[in-house]
Amino acid sequence: MTLIKKSLAAGIAVAAASSMAASTAHADISDNEVRIGYLADMSGTYRDLAGPGGLTALEMAIADFGGSVNGSPIVVFSADDRNSADVGANTVREWIDQRNVDMVAGLVASSVTIAVTKVLEENNSLGLVSGSAASSVTNEHCTPNHIHWVYDTYPLANGTAKAVVEQGGDSWFLLTADYAFGHALEADVTSVVEASGGEIVGGVRHPFPTSDFSSYILQAQGSGAKIVGLANAGADTVNAITTASQFGLTQSGQQLAGLLIFLNDVHALGLEATQNLLLTTGWYWDMDDQAREWSERYFEKVGRMPTMVQAGIYSSTMHYLKAVEAAGTDDPEIVRAQMAEEPINDFFARNGRIREDGRMVHDMYLAQVKTPEESTGEWDLYEILSTIPAEEAYRPLSESQCKLVQN
Amino acid sequence: MTMIFGVPMAVFMGQLTLGLVNGAFYALLSLGLAVIFGLLKIVNFAHGAQYMLGAFAALLGFRYLGINYWLALVLVPLVIGGLGMLVERFLLRRIAHLDHLYGLLLTFGLALIFEGTLVNLFGVSGARYATPEILQGGLNLGFMFLPTYRAWVLVAALTMCLFTWFMIERTRLGAYLRAGTENSQLMQAFGVNVPLMITLTYGFGVGLAAFAGVLAAPLYPVSPTMGSSLLIVVFAVVVIGGMGSILGAILTGLGMGIIEGLTKVYYPEAANTVIFLVMILVLMLRPAGLFGKEA
Repeated sequence: MTLIKKSLAAGIAVAAASSMAASTAHADISDNEVRIGYLADMSGTYRDLAGPGGLTALEMAIADFGGSVNGSPIVVFSADDRNSADVGANTVREWIDQRNVDMVAGLVASSVTIAVTKVLEENNSLGLVSGSAASSVTNEHCTPNHIHWVYDTYPLANGTAKAVVEQGGDSWFLLTADYAFGHALEADVTSVVEASGGEIVGGVRHPFPTSDFSSYILQAQGSGAKIVGLANAGADTVNAITTASQFGLTQSGQQLAGLLIFLNDVHALGLEATQNLLLTTGWYWDMDDQAREWSERYFEKVGRMPTMVQAGIYSSTMHYLKAVEAAGTDDPEIVRAQMAEEPINDFFARNGRIREDGRMVHDMYLAQVKTPEESTGEWDLYEILSTIPAEEAYRPLSESQCKLVQN
Repeated sequence: MTMIFGVPMAVFMGQLTLGLVNGAFYALLSLGLAVIFGLLKIVNFAHGAQYMLGAFAALLGFRYLGINYWLALVLVPLVIGGLGMLVERFLLRRIAHLDHLYGLLLTFGLALIFEGTLVNLFGVSGARYATPEILQGGLNLGFMFLPTYRAWVLVAALTMCLFTWFMIERTRLGAYLRAGTENSQLMQAFGVNVPLMITLTYGFGVGLAAFAGVLAAPLYPVSPTMGSSLLIVVFAVVVIGGMGSILGAILTGLGMGIIEGLTKVYYPEAANTVIFLVMILVLMLRPAGLFGKEA
């Protein structure tokens, strides 16, 4: 009798405890689901650096996490922003209004990101920006509602331009994409080159996008500069490098400096055209065992090696889910604070931390593209030359114009 | 150094030459559009996609079948042109009696399907197509280093343009074609198979686009989106030259290449817009185009 009583009581206690645990968890996770929206260019210029591969990385993070947070399932929506700020902002507005999306991941073209983060701020939601380049995303356009994860124009200029000048490349000709991102990069590069003792002898602002660079390459050749800096991205960079090799730019003694180069660009161009190019990257799939292990899993699903953006999408999603679990809620403010509390050290980020302006600073790398002789496989493309420590790589908070930073 | 409008003579000449090379591309593509519009009255929005298919066919033919550049230059236009004929026979012909807008919509839809399929299969980064060995290297023209391949493009494109012009304006077959568009019922009464002629003409226009695609493959990364950006410019060229004017398309193509090339030196920011400015001017002053007949 007592035995039965005891076990009954124990049973009731366990049941009560577990239902309480469940209800506390559920109480703070809205709709009892963690809803993530993935917004990226799925079909245009930036498809290969983020796109469907980024969605796969996001789904890998969710699967590795177990598919649910404290018993609440994780649900994913995805959409193509077609690199249009309007489309991006409207999609996110609809996600928040009608589907109660808790977090938006991906976010590639800087113009789309800046529009979307305004919507996130108005609606007090959360965004994890992995693809965008403009450093203004966490400078004049910072909000308490987003975090910028992988890289930005500041370390790109700081890493590549500085290294090139130190190697003797002290006169520059800049090919700049004529829109906000290009102008930002041009300004950052100019100040780094001049601060390192070099000079900018000329430049051209070309329309975005441009397919024929022959005229600009001819102008660069005529300038007599030692270095031709490419302050553009994606297809423009690929086209410029192709044309430069056709016109024998490097054979005549000039050198190219790509300021924003992704793994897929180098892969598309081939090592013959890109060998010895210096570049700054936030991550490289073959940089160590941890990175390789993850990348090989990714490769099995996608058939291509991941870019730093795709790896960053996994890393940021994983960090977010851990924060939701630890905080026991998907309330954006609490999760954002929880995320900033934990340092980030995973296969992607080393010495990572989230600053008050929303910038996730982490170690960056100066890399050089291998020569065809050095490369041992289709994706064996970079050699990491040096590490740029997290605290030096990014714009110091003392120079920040972000409204969240007290200066 | 001699200066022309504040630019060294050598730079000026270099840009003029590059402008001509680009102009030859515009000429070749707008020629195909003009032929199709002139004879079929179809605004072929799939032209950019067909140019892209040409480049892709060359790339894949080399990769999987080992077809070299020279062979591709002959085979690819035939294959893609053949594909075009199927499109004409089974799709365009069904809507031939409807308003021109339907043809435009249909070809635009086809372009989206071709592009989207290839984006799904190959991504957008593009791939490199090696320049044939004999055309590698460059020519020193004194004022510039001109890659041999670009010189070849200029020659090949212009030859093809002249050949087309000659075919249509100076041969009996061309005369049939022109007559067929004027009054197809009368031509049919004379025993000419007009529907077949229309199919062949569309195939020929598409073949021209594919030919341009093969020529472009070693110059630009071969990517599914390579046609759509070019198409709008080429349409502007056709509008400037006058819809349906063969010679007009060729001369305007070359002229616009040069104007664009010079803009890249004097005011590079406007390089993508200048052709449209010319188009607006032409539409205001000569609505039928520089070489078009007043409607």
